Parts: sequence; C-alpha cells; structure tokens
Amino acid sequence: MNLEAIIFYFFSAITIVAAIGVITVKNSVQAVLCLVLTFFSAAALWLLLEAEFLAITLVLVYVGAVMVLFLFVVMMLDVDFAAMKQGFAKHLPLGILVGAGLFGAIYWVIRFEVFGSDKVAEPAKHTQDYSNVEELGRLLYSEYFYPFEIAGVILLVAIIAAISLTFRGRRDRKGQSVREQHQVLKEERLKIVSMKSEKIDSGDDS
Amino acid sequence: MDINLVAVASQALNQVSHDFWPIMPELFLLTAASIVLILDVFSTDLDRKLTYNLSQFILLVTGIMIVFQFPSSQDFLYHRHFIHDPLSATLKISMVVLTGIALMFARPYILQRRILRGEYYLLHLFALLGMMLLVSGSSLLSLYLGLELMSLCLYALVAMNRREKLSAEAAVKYFVMGAIASGFILYGISFVYGVTGKIHVADIAAFLNDNEASLTLRFALVFIVTGLAFKFGAVPFQMWVPDVYHGAPTSTTVFLASAPKVAAFGLAIRILVFGFAGALIDWQSLLIILAVLSMVVGNLVALAQTNIKRLLAYSAIAHIGYFLLGFIAGNTQGYTASLFYILTYAITSLGGFGCLIYMAKGQQEVSQIDDLKGLGQRNPWAGLLVSFLFLSMAGLPPFVGFWAKLEVIKAVLNVDGLIWLALVAAFMSIIGLFYYLKVVKVIFFDKAENDTRIRAERSLRLGLGITSISVIALGLFPSQLLEFCKQAFQYI
Repeated sequence: MNLEAIIFYFFSAITIVAAIGVITVKNSVQAVLCLVLTFFSAAALWLLLEAEFLAITLVLVYVGAVMVLFLFVVMMLDVDFAAMKQGFAKHLPLGILVGAGLFGAIYWVIRFEVFGSDKVAEPAKHTQDYSNVEELGRLLYSEYFYPFEIAGVILLVAIIAAISLTFRGRRDRKGQSVREQHQVLKEERLKIVSMKSEKIDSGDDS
Repeated sequence: MDINLVAVASQALNQVSHDFWPIMPELFLLTAASIVLILDVFSTDLDRKLTYNLSQFILLVTGIMIVFQFPSSQDFLYHRHFIHDPLSATLKISMVVLTGIALMFARPYILQRRILRGEYYLLHLFALLGMMLLVSGSSLLSLYLGLELMSLCLYALVAMNRREKLSAEAAVKYFVMGAIASGFILYGISFVYGVTGKIHVADIAAFLNDNEASLTLRFALVFIVTGLAFKFGAVPFQMWVPDVYHGAPTSTTVFLASAPKVAAFGLAIRILVFGFAGALIDWQSLLIILAVLSMVVGNLVALAQTNIKRLLAYSAIAHIGYFLLGFIAGNTQGYTASLFYILTYAITSLGGFGCLIYMAKGQQEVSQIDDLKGLGQRNPWAGLLVSFLFLSMAGLPPFVGFWAKLEVIKAVLNVDGLIWLALVAAFMSIIGLFYYLKVVKVIFFDKAENDTRIRAERSLRLGLGITSISVIALGLFPSQLLEFCKQAFQYI
C-alpha cells in the first residue's frame, strides 16, 4: 500500500464517519461541526485528485463561510427536536426498507463490474508545471462561458429574490383605482326612495 | 495535409467565432431587466406604473426580436451549449406572449395588495429569461441551469405574499419539492455523464446510436423522468400542485400554470427526444404510467373539489396526462400534438385562473365554485367568456381544447398496441366533462346570492377577452396554430 492509498483510506474513513455523525448526533451544533469535518476531509480527497483549486475553495467557501453562517443559524433557531422526532419509530421500518432498496439499486448499477478501474481509465497524472487554476479558468471562460454566465444570472436572481422577500418596509399602502371608480354606477352610490308626500297639520307656511 | 484535419480545424474555427445575433433576445431581456431593476430602486412612484410599463415594453421588444431572427436552420452555438432552431423560437414566442398576458392579470391584483413591488414584475422577466435559455439549451448543463433560473424566480413569486399562512406554506412546499426534483434530475445527469462521458444532448444521442442503453443509463433515465414528472406535476408526483396553486397569490398561479408548462415541454423534448431518442422504449413505458395515473387521479379527484383553484389544479394534473400522450406516441406527429396541446392549455389555464382575479371583489377573492353563482345573470358577457374557457378545458367542440385532445388521441391511435390508452383518455375526458359543466351550470343556471357587480380594471377585461376569444378563434381555425407547431419539428 503506497502513501497515496493510505491517505485516501484515512480521509475516506473520516468522511464516512463524520457524515454518519451529522445525522445521528443529538446536539445540532455538533451535527454542524460534523458536517464541517465531512467537507474538510472531502477537500483532502479532492487534493488527491489534483484539484487543488476546488479543494481550497471548498474549505474557504463552504467550511469558512457557509458553515459558519449555518452554525449561527442553528444556534439562534430554537428547533424543537422532540417534535421533529415524532413518528420516527413508526416510519422507521418503511424508511429502512426504502433506503435499503435504493442503496441496493444504486450499488447494483455502479458496482465494480460497471465502473471498475478496468472499465474507466485512471486519469493521467499531470506534470509539475500544471496549474489547476489556469486550466479551470481557461475552460470556464472559453468552452463553458455560456453556462458560466447563466450561473451568474442565477446568483443575481437569488439576490433580488432574497432582498424582495425580506424587505420589511411599509407595504400597506392605500391606493385608489381610478379606473374602477369610473365604473361605479349612480344606483350604487345614490339611493332614490319614493315616498308619499305628507301633509303637515300645523301649517305655518300658509 | 489530411483533409480530415482541415475539416476539424475549420469546425473548431466555427465554434470559436461567436455570433451574438441568435442570443440577442436573451441578452436584451437580461440587460433591459437589469436596467429597469435599478430604475425601480430610484423610482418614487408608489404604484410602480413605470416598472410595469417598461416590463411590458421589454416583452414586446423581445418578442419582436425573436420573430425577426426566426431561424430557418438548426444551429449549435457557443460550444454547442445553445441551440437555435425553429422549435426554440416557437416556444420562446409563445412564452413571451403568455408572460405578457400574465403580467396584465397580475398588475391590478398586486396593486391592491401588500405584494406590490417592482421586483414582482422583474422576477417574471427573469423567469422568462430562464425559460428561454432552457428551451434552447443543448447540453445537460445549460438545460439544468436554465431550469434553475426559472425555478428560483417561481419560488420567490410564490413566496411573495409571505405574511399569509397559506402562501408561506405553498412556498415552502414548492421550494422543497422543486429542490428534490432538481436533485433527481442532477443525480440522473451525473449517471449519464459517468456512463457516456458526454454533456451535450447530441453527443448522448450519438452514443446511444452506437451503443445499447446500459442498465446504468436506463437507471439514470428513471431519475431524469422522475424529476421531469415533478416539474410537470404528473401523478404520482403531483402532491404539491393543488397546495401551491391554491396557496400562491392568484396572479402567481396564473403565471405558474401557463408559461413554465411550455418551458417544461421544451426541457422534456430536449432531453428525451434530442438526447435519449435511442432509449425511446424505456422512457415511453415510464410516461405511459405517468399519463394514465394523471388522467385518472386528476379527473376523479377534481370531481370532489369545491374550491375553484383546487379544481383547476387537479384539472391541470389531468391535462398533463393528456399532454404526455403525444410524447408516448414517440414520433413527430405526436410531438406536434403535444406542443399544440401544451400551447392551447397554457392559454386556457391563463384565462381560467385569470378569471378568478377578474371576478374578485376588491380584496376578497373568488374561492368557492358557489361564488360564481348567477354570474351569467349579473354579467352575461363575462359569464360567457369564462364558460368558453371551461368548455375548452372540457374539450368540447368548437373550442380549441377539442382539437388538442383530438390530436393527441389521434397520435396515440397511430401507434400499434396503444389503442387502450386512447380509450382511457377518451373515457376520462368524458368524466372530466362533469366538473367543467358543473361550473358552467353554476354560472348560468344558479340563482345569484348577491347582486354585486363586477368592477374590473381594463387590463383584466382585456386579458380575459384575449384568452377567451383566442380559445374560440383557435377552435374555429385550428389549422394555423397546427401548422405553426408542425414547422417547429422540421429538424427532428
């Protein structure tokens, strides 16, 4: 077993254990920390694939920014975990059945005979002067510039939607619809009641 | 020098040279919407009239641009992530028109409510942009990104009325379901990429031409079709449809039930027909299950509804069932019939949900079927227009819904061994007649409980008029629209 394999198995084991931890530990803050560990060891695996830029981005963006924010959210929210766990035991058998079935099916279609190392060639190792960032940039701005731009628009829309949904200013304006007011009929505003004219006895208008 | 090499080099040169004329409508839409976004921030107009007028103007110009650059060939551009063909242009024109009418319905609705804000119109424009990118996506990547752009705008539009409990619930449901559906599609795409190593639909089609569809690829197809069924709202992935249609602001429902359906048609045709034509047998059987369940469940559950928005939602599920019949036929005639169906259905449901805004009294909306009582006596003209829409949904001649149903059923009849499917469709549409006719009966033959007159804005009357009149006009002269649909498929 060479060094690469040892590193791979080490970080893979951490990834799996931490991922199981995310969904099993009781304390939600610990669960988030487990998720951080999962991302971190996954980044290490990416390093093995010579995707340094992506690995660093994963640590910086996900671990450094997104998960820390997430940690704040989890700490601030008062989630009632007892209520969330209700019905857990009742649905457990069905859940296990579906989960096992799905796992079996997925395992079957990507088993070693289909995606083994004899079917899919190992990617060639790069030379020392290979730059991951350069290669990524070249692809993103040439071959994939069109999807890249759309992704930018998606981020723009996310900003618009978030601002528009969380805006807390006054909205309860009282507007008037002039066109609607034009359509009012006389009968709706003015009620003409026909009455008998009455005589007043003590007439002083004589 | 090898001739092959020259050909490859010239092809590479072709790919690098970027002609931006084909994507001009999208570029214009994006730029103009961004400019209006900034104008809207500085505008002091509380009624947001400027934003609305500019939005409609942008739609008009975009539509004109698409008409002017209507392609006469099929071109793959921008490293083959973008396809420029009659089909995409056809879908884009119809989506621009549908969005324009949807905004006409939305304007008076949000004017009276707390959701009046410029972004409401602009999110429509960005959603339209997503749909336009979606229908001309020719790689799984650009298709997925277009889908996400559209969905993100729709989530926000549904959530706009967040103070209302029903709306918030609808938004959460729609968001979670939509995210799961996107996850399914993405997971399927990852398998496809794993097996074929290709991301362009044309390459996948070529791969399937040379190779047998492996089990892994068929497994991936199941995920993709499931994701599509979620987006369409086909049974058994329909749970979100009634709640979202009911809970969302009616003006959003109007939009949700029209243009995005056309875009979903584009997504399905690009993936299933352009990419997986070689695996026709596999997705055909999946779609048959979806279609039969949708027609049966949609029509039967609609019978029991008293809320008109939920009735229309279940009717939408049933219509998706009929619409899928054309896909199941698996030939150009079938796809044409499906396109015809989805276009006419989009117009009809635009009017169907729009008439709820039309009939609203101030802030109080029409929710129950019984609220329509006596509409025909109070306002015969409006009653007539509304019943046109419902009769068209029911599929009665001479309305356009009849021709749409006829076309899809004819397409299925031409395929051997699927006659039973046509019979199911015909039988279920007879059952469907019952609840559509019930609405028409309530409009014309039930005594009015109160005599409040409808006072609708001009744009509402115009919107209802356009949809309703086009339903009968297209029903009397369906051949033009059918030709329009046929020319879209000349490159399949």
